[in-house]
Amino acid sequence: MDQMTTILQPDHVTIAGMSEPAKSRAARRVRGLSDRAIAWLFVAPTIALLLAINIFPLVWMIRLSFTSLNLSMSYLPLRFVGLDNFTDILTDEDVWFRLQTTAQFVIWSVALQVVIGYGLALLINRQFRGHSFWTTIILLPMMLSPAVVGNFWTLLLQPQIGPFNSLISLFTGVPPSSFSMTGQVSLAPWTIVLVDTWMWAPYVMLICLAGLRSIPDYIYEAAEVDRASPWRQFWSITLPMTVPFLMLAVLFRAIENFKMFDMVNLLTSGGPGSTTELVSITLKRAAFEKWRTGYSSALAIILFVTVFGAANIYVKVLNKVKQR
Amino acid sequence: MRRFKWLGSSAVTAVLGVVLGTLGANEATAQSKQLTLCWAAWDPANALVELGKDFTKQSGIEMKYEFVPWTSYADRFLNELNSHGKLCDLIIGDSQWIGGAAENKWYVKLNDFFDKEKISMDDFVPATVVGYSQWPKNSPNYWALPAMADAVGWTYRKDWFSRPEIQSAFKVKYGRDLAPPKTYDELKQIAEFFQGREIDGKKVYGAYIFTERGSEGITMGVTNALYNYGFSYDNPKKPYQMQGVVNSSDAAKGLEFYKELYKCCTAPGMTNAYMQEGLDAFKSGQVAMQMNWFAFFPGLYKDPNVGGDKIGFFVNPAGPNGRFTQLGGQGISVVATSDRRNDALAYIKWFAQPAVQQKWWQLGGYSALKAVVDAPDFPKSAAFAPQFLESMGIVKDFWAEPSYAQLLLDMQKRVHDYVVADKGTAQQALDLLVKDWTKVFKEQGKQVASQ
Repeated sequence: MDQMTTILQPDHVTIAGMSEPAKSRAARRVRGLSDRAIAWLFVAPTIALLLAINIFPLVWMIRLSFTSLNLSMSYLPLRFVGLDNFTDILTDEDVWFRLQTTAQFVIWSVALQVVIGYGLALLINRQFRGHSFWTTIILLPMMLSPAVVGNFWTLLLQPQIGPFNSLISLFTGVPPSSFSMTGQVSLAPWTIVLVDTWMWAPYVMLICLAGLRSIPDYIYEAAEVDRASPWRQFWSITLPMTVPFLMLAVLFRAIENFKMFDMVNLLTSGGPGSTTELVSITLKRAAFEKWRTGYSSALAIILFVTVFGAANIYVKVLNKVKQR
Repeated sequence: MRRFKWLGSSAVTAVLGVVLGTLGANEATAQSKQLTLCWAAWDPANALVELGKDFTKQSGIEMKYEFVPWTSYADRFLNELNSHGKLCDLIIGDSQWIGGAAENKWYVKLNDFFDKEKISMDDFVPATVVGYSQWPKNSPNYWALPAMADAVGWTYRKDWFSRPEIQSAFKVKYGRDLAPPKTYDELKQIAEFFQGREIDGKKVYGAYIFTERGSEGITMGVTNALYNYGFSYDNPKKPYQMQGVVNSSDAAKGLEFYKELYKCCTAPGMTNAYMQEGLDAFKSGQVAMQMNWFAFFPGLYKDPNVGGDKIGFFVNPAGPNGRFTQLGGQGISVVATSDRRNDALAYIKWFAQPAVQQKWWQLGGYSALKAVVDAPDFPKSAAFAPQFLESMGIVKDFWAEPSYAQLLLDMQKRVHDYVVADKGTAQQALDLLVKDWTKVFKEQGKQVASQ
């Protein structure tokens, strides 16, 4: 027993004559907080903040979506209207038009961004003189604020003084002031697609570039040994191995574009008429200009469920692609 | 002993704290003699800042200003009022807000104050009292003092109109002298005449009109044509009965006219243009005639390039069924949540004085006080004064209901869809507008008769 004590002493007994676990327990008793409690203490402010500015407003919004609340007429009694707001929205032709406009904007802008972004990534992935300089130049648009982009494109597209129309005129011979990119029904939807693509194709390029750089060189070396043409290498190696990255880019851009507000609002205010009125602009007008709080809460929930549902399905598909 | 020292220094600190705290409180009291006035950021606001210096001199109350651009003015301040914020003690709110502000108790009712201070609404131009102060309309319930009288008017290039070669070319084409138009048909002829013409080596355009989509622009423009073709908001005998009134065939003709004017005679790219774009177009010598608010005319008259002898003014031309113009302008109100209500009321009392109103007009604001505008020398006091006076006698305003924002945005959409986006016919646009407005009024609990 003495021998045992002698062996154990150097490891578990301190100079003060107290073992480490005992000291730790004593320290905890002194402080009165367990590790778990300390962990909660650190996490609590974040949880409180999340509850206050995220969860509580969400729950409150769900509650309001079943009411007739209109903040510009808050003197009227608040009525519970059941699903009336939801029915109103889903049977409103205008809302469906806005959803169609939004879907068209999302599809066209994301498709163009993917094609252009992927093409740029393939170019930038090659080593050439001035490679870093051109990469920086290409990335500049996505570093700007959408408000700045909206304002300066408004000036660029101005029919009389804007350089864009003059440039088109130079190539086509059409007088520059004879058309308005933001004011004509046939051109305005393409204008917002064009500006959004200009701004966000570099973002897609970045994601694709990460994908391209993750492909090991030995695969290409093996393909070259097998005398595979560059075209064959692209279809059999490059594209399949970057598809998950492309899908991720599509997911990010689609969600972002579904919510797009600032840039379109500055470029066209949803006009001419309602031609470029995306559903986010409709929502903003209902909530903060018409003050239809109950109605706009219901619309926000419908949009949230739509984006959330679509994103979930997409992520499942993405995971399957990754597993392959 | 050490303990005593500690206690002693603590006591000194506490006393110092109390003294400094009291000094701070005194300073805060001195600083609290301050009022915040909220309005739009535009030329008359600068005049008001200048005028307000006299108030500070007399009362010792500092004036602070919150001026917001017109494009976000309604959003910003209605949000503030809705949320019972304390940013503004005084607010110069748009005429259409008066219904909502009264019903929601955002503004202090001023009847007792007016009685006590002997401020009579009979001393103000009637249209401004109805437009800016009363709710319900035409009832003696006052929520604001008329502060800034305004209406839509027109400017034209007097120098171009008076050139002999232009005069003779116009006479050859239309068989009459080129002069400021008195009817909408004349206005369109003149606009067509100038459209695409080269003047001083520069291509110019006929007219500038409001087409803005986001806030209130196209509605404030199109109503000038609609009123004069026979449009009304509802049946005067049956309130809220809009069928056949809003969408009458005459009203549809008025809307068609506005679209024709937009298509034939405006500069390219004016698809979303309001006050500022009009000022830019006129100042840059791009247009022969410009629709805009009288509030901007003092600034335009002073402009070194297009002001003075080069600019002329005319009242909104008549249509086949009358001559009216769109009311603009605002009243000044005390915000109900203000902690400085008495000081704010003191400002209104000061502002209502004839001498202050006279100076307000001289500085570039538009007084609504009869003593100022009915004075014999008023028409000669500014180049645009006669047109302003005439316009204030023929004004009509948009709905001032608590639901005005919904009514306005519905009209913005329907009119812009038709005029700028070529969607449907004028009749269809107005039919849809009646449908939209009926829905809004029903939500508000109003009885809407169909015929």
